[in-house]
Amino acid sequence: MISHDSNMIPAREPPATAVGVLAWGKNNLFANPLSALTTLLIAYGLYLLVPPLVQWAFIEATWFGTDSNACSSDGACWAFITARLDQFIYGFYPEEQQWRADLFFAQLVVLIAWLSFKATPGKKWVLGYSLVMMPVVSWFLLYGDLLGLEKVETHQWGGLMLTLLLALCGMIASLPFGVLLALGRRSNMPVIRSLCTGYIELWRGVPLITVLFMASVMLPLFVPEEVVFDKLLRALIGIILFQAAYMAEVVRGGLQAIPKGQFEAFNSLGLSYWQGMIMIILPQAMRLVIPGVVNTFIALFKDTSLVLVIGLFDLLAIIQAGLNDPAWLGNSIEGYLFAGLVFWVFCFGISKYSQRLEQQLHR
Amino acid sequence: MSDPEHVSHKRNAKPSFLENMLKEMLRLWRDASFRPLLMQGIVVLLVVMLGVWVINNTMNNLEHRGISTGFDFLSQEAGFGIIQSLVAYDESHSYGRTFVVGILNTLLVSGLGIFFATLLGFLVGVARLSSNWLLARMASVFIETFRNIPLLLQIFFWYFAVLAALPHPRQSYALGDTIFLNLRGLFLPKPIIEQGLLPVLVSCLVAIGLALLLRARNRQRRVATGKGISGAPWYMAALLIGIPALVWHFSGASLVLDTPALKGFNFRGGIAIIPELGALLLALTIYTAAFIAEVVRAGIESVQKGQKEAAASLGLKPGKVLTLVVIPQAMKVIIPPLTNQYLNLAKNSSLATAIGYPDLVSVFAGTTLNQTGQAVEVIAMTMAVYLTISLSVSLLMNIYNRRVALIER
Repeated sequence: MISHDSNMIPAREPPATAVGVLAWGKNNLFANPLSALTTLLIAYGLYLLVPPLVQWAFIEATWFGTDSNACSSDGACWAFITARLDQFIYGFYPEEQQWRADLFFAQLVVLIAWLSFKATPGKKWVLGYSLVMMPVVSWFLLYGDLLGLEKVETHQWGGLMLTLLLALCGMIASLPFGVLLALGRRSNMPVIRSLCTGYIELWRGVPLITVLFMASVMLPLFVPEEVVFDKLLRALIGIILFQAAYMAEVVRGGLQAIPKGQFEAFNSLGLSYWQGMIMIILPQAMRLVIPGVVNTFIALFKDTSLVLVIGLFDLLAIIQAGLNDPAWLGNSIEGYLFAGLVFWVFCFGISKYSQRLEQQLHR
Repeated sequence: MSDPEHVSHKRNAKPSFLENMLKEMLRLWRDASFRPLLMQGIVVLLVVMLGVWVINNTMNNLEHRGISTGFDFLSQEAGFGIIQSLVAYDESHSYGRTFVVGILNTLLVSGLGIFFATLLGFLVGVARLSSNWLLARMASVFIETFRNIPLLLQIFFWYFAVLAALPHPRQSYALGDTIFLNLRGLFLPKPIIEQGLLPVLVSCLVAIGLALLLRARNRQRRVATGKGISGAPWYMAALLIGIPALVWHFSGASLVLDTPALKGFNFRGGIAIIPELGALLLALTIYTAAFIAEVVRAGIESVQKGQKEAAASLGLKPGKVLTLVVIPQAMKVIIPPLTNQYLNLAKNSSLATAIGYPDLVSVFAGTTLNQTGQAVEVIAMTMAVYLTISLSVSLLMNIYNRRVALIER
């Protein structure tokens, strides 16, 4: 018998340029001359930009102080932020009452955490509370004049607290209107359909700033003289009217994604229009539109900064006001960077969360 | 809804008039063709009542506050200045004129913003898909940074932090002796065509007409014979450049540059881009570009790999694959959200009011409203302008969209 030496030659190590960091670099950074040139140019740009930035923002920066004189001239003056942090968060909310604002923040954190973790029980009730009771509870918590809480006028509200309140209340209150408008736009009744379409296109066609102007100058004209809205409420009404139109379009997208068979099925079961919508269609559609709703929330969260044009002091407005303080002149870059960072963290965080939700839905 | 039992429990008794009416109403309520009419009637009634109530209240309130109504104020003298105007304007012009100035300024910044944002957005969107890891990373950092920060904050940043730090006119940054950048703005030379403007313009139109004719003929030929006129693009370019250039040369038109020069405390002459416009334009461009980049990326990614491979296996060259296969399909996905971004940009340009760029909201819904107090008319006119822009742009884009969709079959 002929015996073959069937031993395999041991596999050779792959060339150094085919695996590991080197291969990765070759394929992704220096794949061809143009790519290599781009890489080098960007790297040089970063080299010019980043070290001085780090130097300015961290190494030479002044973190604490009572006015601009405390800051070194080569570094960032974060003292401006730390000295006024209370104001940036609470606005002009009286200091001894700030625990109420803290309670408001804590409530938000608890609700969000409760809703985002899988294991927590009673999600339905918590969601119900968030969507129905939370804005009301928050309003009375902050406004007071009830249960022995001291009254804090809305013109004293401000900062991050106001930004969050406006965005959340505007969002939650606009949700039911949006659903109704979306259903109306897909209705078989021509009058209702055209009214809803007209409403949606009207508000989507105009900028939020004109809506806010309208809410602040025209709303008082529209109601009897005895009725007086305060400025915050007027802004909120403007935001809700505006946001409802956007919400309607998002919900309509969800409704359109529901197969026709579902509608026919509930009809053949003898359910009325509203029974079918509430029990069959909307639960499915709303689940589909969660990412879209979150995206409009991000847009609204950024847009709340516009309330500064009608004289409310949200986060951006209060920082802008702080920049004009004679003790803190010349800190505009620090102020805007801080505001930008806060907004960015919120928006980026929420958008990542929405992407995760979307992936879960598609699975 | 009424309960049927309640109507029928006295079946033996002779139905009274009331019972008959109730029955009749119940029948109508259950009638599938009548109920929608009833519901719509109720809704219309409610809307009309709300409208009447609002109008009544408004009339009463205006009367009590002694504010006049109507559009007479448009012809009154405005009496305030506007820092930038595309048409002749001074304090003696009417409020109606401020409306026009505002609209033109809004259109100017929107038009420029759309142009630059499209350019930057497409660049960043393509860079985001680059095979170069570093470039792709930089593009996504750009996108994630700028679209997650409120536009108003970005406008403030450019206006109050960056442009306000520029030097005074005497220490301007200068490029040669023609372009200057300082606290008061960017000053560019302005081309002035002194003579023979008309023939040159006419010749441009003629050239465009001829080029279009050639293009149509070329297409006809290709459809009929499978082969176009060879070198057609070159002929078209020659027509487009050659005719106006020749006319220019022979008509003796001359181009003079009006360069800005420092006179007293500021520059005179040339084109001045005021810092308000600069800041607004920068912020709008960058903010919108971040969104457009995502739109472009999604559009390009939507074209399946198989499409490119199929085109290549048919023998199309890489350039043709891009122009005939990838871009047309990507554009179909890109156009609708791109339109939305353009409209957003136009609407967002109203944030100008926060830094005092004289756009429609700032001039008309701001100063004019404050001076005349006629909130209802002014806000209605302002909203009508934005609504007109929005609706007409979406109409145009719908038409374009339909054409793109048809070609793609």
